[in-house]
Amino acid sequence: MTAPLLSIENLNAISTRENGAPILRDVSLTLERGEVLGLVGESGAGKSTIAKALLGILPRTVQVTGGAIRFEGRDLMTMPSRALRDLIGTHIALIPQDPQTALNPGRRIEAQLTDALRLRRGLSSKEARARALKLLQEVHIRDPERVLRAYPHELSGGMRQRVLIASAFALEPKLVVADEPTTALDVTVQKQILRLIRDMQRTHGTAVIFVTHDLGVVAQICDSVTLLYAGKVIEAGRTADVLTAPRHAYTKALLAAGPRYDRPDSGLEPVPPSVFEALRAEIGLG
Amino acid sequence: MIAFSILKRLAMAAITLFGVAVIVFVLLRVVPGDPIAMMISPGASPESIAALRAQYGLDASLPMQFLVWLKAVATGDFGTSISLRRDVLGLLAERLPATLELAFAALVLAILLGGAVAVAGTLLRRTPGEPVLDTINGLFLAVPDFVWALALVLLLGVAFPVFPLSGRIDPVHQVDFATPFYLLESLLRLRFSTAADIAAHMVMPVLALGLPLAAIIARVLKGALMEAMVQDYILLARLKGMSSLRLVLQEALRNAIGPTIALTGVQFTFLIGGTVIVERIFAYPGIGNMAIDAVINRDLPLIQGLVLAFGALFILINLLVDMLVVAFNPRLRHG
Repeated sequence: MTAPLLSIENLNAISTRENGAPILRDVSLTLERGEVLGLVGESGAGKSTIAKALLGILPRTVQVTGGAIRFEGRDLMTMPSRALRDLIGTHIALIPQDPQTALNPGRRIEAQLTDALRLRRGLSSKEARARALKLLQEVHIRDPERVLRAYPHELSGGMRQRVLIASAFALEPKLVVADEPTTALDVTVQKQILRLIRDMQRTHGTAVIFVTHDLGVVAQICDSVTLLYAGKVIEAGRTADVLTAPRHAYTKALLAAGPRYDRPDSGLEPVPPSVFEALRAEIGLG
Repeated sequence: MIAFSILKRLAMAAITLFGVAVIVFVLLRVVPGDPIAMMISPGASPESIAALRAQYGLDASLPMQFLVWLKAVATGDFGTSISLRRDVLGLLAERLPATLELAFAALVLAILLGGAVAVAGTLLRRTPGEPVLDTINGLFLAVPDFVWALALVLLLGVAFPVFPLSGRIDPVHQVDFATPFYLLESLLRLRFSTAADIAAHMVMPVLALGLPLAAIIARVLKGALMEAMVQDYILLARLKGMSSLRLVLQEALRNAIGPTIALTGVQFTFLIGGTVIVERIFAYPGIGNMAIDAVINRDLPLIQGLVLAFGALFILINLLVDMLVVAFNPRLRHG
């Protein structure tokens, strides 16, 4: 049997700023080719740290103290930086959170969309342009010719996110990290973008790590889910199993806290303090 | 639409120049000092003084003098220099190119050096090299042009006489120039030894004028680059595998450069103002040096001509700067 696409093994990280406070505690997870994994947790749970670690962009204030991130069996943590840059540049892509700031305001879409194709694939600008047009059609942009000529400020937020999705899939990466890609968008656009990421993932056979705090999003597009609290994996498994038969009290409480569209009058149920106390005792936060 | 806005700018420029002309004209005549007294030998008869005064039109009322002068200027007649007894326009045409060559050489130096320091500082961010570079740049910011000029004279002119101390060109090379743009012309006519001599004469004044501006450009551009470098689009470009230098030059620079262009434009006009003292120190035959003589000699027509030339130059620079800022920022291009 071949190695899984990605396996994170006992990853530990601390903050160098807050007296070495732990950020990740023995995090392990695996991701198979073509699988969509939801990385769920509240703010500070460590989901973004995991995403940044595997993109090689951890801030200087975060220090990995142990564990491994294996991509097709190769440990990213011990790889020389040049090789790591090439591997990430070709095989791992990011769909960022905020489409407003993720496109360079001073460059046309064409230049930004074809950069990687010219740099990594060695395509001529004509070939790269043809490929970019095709990508834009794939993400359901109606007049791709105009969009290629446009500057980011001439596009709506949803259009920009589509461009960024096209850009993420441009090199046919094996893994796409989607960092809360719908938080900055209108609710109606959110649904379209989620479906688009799911469609693109299926056609290209790409694995996706979906960083989110929204279990509803997980239910819609993720095959499996890993739930984090304070840097520790609380629950992990197939999405259907976790959502229908959660094992951990925290997961149950979270699911109960979500709005019930079938019973709109039922109100929201906050996670009871006793659940947090038990959780913190379990992790050892005192 | 574009033609209209350019026309509007030109009309504004004309009004500004008119304002400059009025202010200079009035100021010069309110300030004490009589040009006729400077021209004539002591003990001349009141009759000959009055005759001379009439000859230069200085006996008419102030508004009358202004109208006469303005009408002449409008037809291209800037009058005759009282001290040099030559056509003012001819003098300007002869001296202005010398100053322009000096100022633009200093500007190019400042942009290249300041830009390189800003990019280097951005690449060195969060390394021990960054504070070192910042401190050196801070020192350069603190030293004004004329101090540079004097320090350079002592260092490269006297202690280690590498460069000629004064003038624009060695008399050996003084050969049949067709235009007053000596450096440009000798380069275009492939007379490289002449060009090298002119360039050697320019080295010290150009350094004195350019170094302070380079420090300003370095400081402002680095600040803007540092801000741009933390943006998400830089992160995405980095993930695509771009080198740090390419990130700075291709991704960050175009978004960071706007404020620097605007500031460089303003500072460039100060640099041209600085040519007055720096040209004096190096006895460089430009309009700055001529301006000092003109003021000492109360040479009213020449001063007026010079100030108008400076004013026109400043307005032109500001116009160019505005156009450049728009060219670099696609968000300003429409409307």
